[in-house]
Amino acid sequence: MSPLVAGLLQTGILLTALAVVYRPLGDYMARVFTAKGHLKAERAIYRFARINPDAEQKWSTYAYGVLGFSFVGIVFLYVVQRVQSLLPFGFDRGDIGPGMAFNTAISFVANTNWQSYVPEAVMGHAVQMIGLTVQNFVSAAVGLAVAIALVRGFVRHQTDRLGNFWVDLVRGTLRILLPIAFIGAIVLIAFGVTMSLKSGVDVDGQVVANAPVASQEVIKELGTNGGGVLNANSAHPFENPGEWTNLIEIFLILVIPVALTRTFGRLAGDRKQGYVLLSVMGVIWTAMLAVIWAAEANGIRPLEGKELRFGIPGSALFANATTGTSTGAVNSLHDSYTGLGGGAALLNMLFGEMTPGGVGTGLYSILVMAIIAMFLAGLMVGRTPEYLGKKLGRKEVTAAAVSILAMPTVLLIGAGIAAVLPSTQGALNNPGEHGLSEILYAYASASNNNGSAFGGITVTNDWFQSSLGLCMLFGRFVPIVAVLALAGSLAAQKKVPVTAGTLPTTGPLFATLLTGSIVLVAALTFVPALALGPIAEALL
Amino acid sequence: MTNFLKQSWAGLRTLLALTVLLGVLYPLSVWGVSRIPGLHANAEAQDTTLVAVAREGDQYFVLRPSAATLPASGGSNKGELNEDYTKVVAERRTAVAQREGVPESKVPQDAVTASASGLDPHISPEYAALQVPRVARASGLSVEEVRELVASATHGTFTSTVNVTALNRAIDSAS
Repeated sequence: MSPLVAGLLQTGILLTALAVVYRPLGDYMARVFTAKGHLKAERAIYRFARINPDAEQKWSTYAYGVLGFSFVGIVFLYVVQRVQSLLPFGFDRGDIGPGMAFNTAISFVANTNWQSYVPEAVMGHAVQMIGLTVQNFVSAAVGLAVAIALVRGFVRHQTDRLGNFWVDLVRGTLRILLPIAFIGAIVLIAFGVTMSLKSGVDVDGQVVANAPVASQEVIKELGTNGGGVLNANSAHPFENPGEWTNLIEIFLILVIPVALTRTFGRLAGDRKQGYVLLSVMGVIWTAMLAVIWAAEANGIRPLEGKELRFGIPGSALFANATTGTSTGAVNSLHDSYTGLGGGAALLNMLFGEMTPGGVGTGLYSILVMAIIAMFLAGLMVGRTPEYLGKKLGRKEVTAAAVSILAMPTVLLIGAGIAAVLPSTQGALNNPGEHGLSEILYAYASASNNNGSAFGGITVTNDWFQSSLGLCMLFGRFVPIVAVLALAGSLAAQKKVPVTAGTLPTTGPLFATLLTGSIVLVAALTFVPALALGPIAEALL
Repeated sequence: MTNFLKQSWAGLRTLLALTVLLGVLYPLSVWGVSRIPGLHANAEAQDTTLVAVAREGDQYFVLRPSAATLPASGGSNKGELNEDYTKVVAERRTAVAQREGVPESKVPQDAVTASASGLDPHISPEYAALQVPRVARASGLSVEEVRELVASATHGTFTSTVNVTALNRAIDSAS
């Protein structure tokens, strides 16, 4: 089979699988967040946590819930790493140092899964399970909860209640992520992914590190987390042994963010509102896939940093899925990509990760961008913009702007300082333009909560550990608070009736406007930086 | 602030409950299921052909170059315009051409580039074909026999690849 046919076939299978589950999963998720009753297990958790699941919260309490839960998550994960030597399954890997533990704790709670460590050398199985796996689930569920809260802001009227964060968190985890993960883990094991409690395996006299891979692998993709159980991440044969596991993992990465557009349409009472978002995501995603695939197929060393079993199309598909969402798992080394291919992966993140974006984060990011798009359209025709029956006044647009600008702000400040620090020179793995791309990619990845890397860069010094940690923190929580404030002010409004002057948000005009806004905001913000890194490299 | 502390306290209790469920019960259940005989030949990966195993000697097929430092996995992370690395790749090409007695233009890409994991057990059918005469010579097997072993180690739905770990074991048992 020629690489072209092989690539098209794999893409076709992937898209067909997504199309098949789109409606049932999207509708199911809508039901999960609107159902009245609680499961027995959920009641047990609420009772233990002393939470009243039937009390709805204001946006500020909802936001305190997110922040409080994430705060204790960071502290817990930090402590667990610092006392690793006291835990079982540590294999004398010792306690994790403070800088690395700080960075990793924020990284996994912020759904970034940036890894400054070599897992099989540093992390024992206990930390991987009770620390990292747990955050793989709940950080995704937090994103999901915030997205649902924003949707409630649009569909509710004249109320200050946005739902209950704890209920949304627990339901997203127990009813959506956990069942899919459990089944997915077993499927992956059947296809050859390992699941071992030993530290390694002796293969013909050569010791290769092993781990309880399958249980973490599946939620790593499904929750758009991306933190490898082993250093080579999804390029490692134990994490991703073949062509079919590769397709399954790409499917898992995309399935929830894609299906959430259906959930959104359902909850908004107009399925077309969801389809239009999906079409925008799909257009950008497909275009970026074409760029990465073509660039890699025509590289000077196309197979450097790629696994032969995936080939170039299987690697490009994965790279596009992982950077278009907030995943950051890799099955090939983006650092060895061409200037154009690696630049496109970087650009995927710089779009703000909404094509289709992470679990929940993708939906709320594109809704925020839709507000910006409608605001721009409103400026052009001189009308107060509306979206989904809500007026977009000063408060709403300000919150949307804060949410959009948080990422570029921390990214450019961080990358700018890193680029001039003398210590950075020694941290780079490649000279010239590509070295700058390594810095840019690192800060883009952290600020967007992606977690993939131009992995040659050594990020273990105090500057990188702390600055990237802060980028992850602000890149995650500033937009979340802004989005919840936005949801609060939307929910407080009356519904604006549709008139002849209302710009319909289900047609091609809106889709074009939204696509244009996504591309334009990224282009205006990042072209100067991109010109010195990947663009220069692509032109050399 | 009091609201934040109140929510953090609820958060801690929720986190602990979820940690028991997601961090202990879930992975151990998956582990338990992985022990069901027949679900997967071996979730512990002993005798696996999933990972590369380097073998010394002309009677064996040679893997792709590896940038991993075992037992950890990893790749080179070198960009394509990195001149130092371009030299390394050129040296590899010369070495492979000499070893197999072919012109450098015949050396395929996978023979000179490192994989992402450093544990890629596969080579391309072209690189395998290039090595057949040498392996036949050194192992005492006929070229025809070696070709058959290569064919039976060649798999793939979308991309055909030759599993060197399986192939070298087959050579051991055949010679």
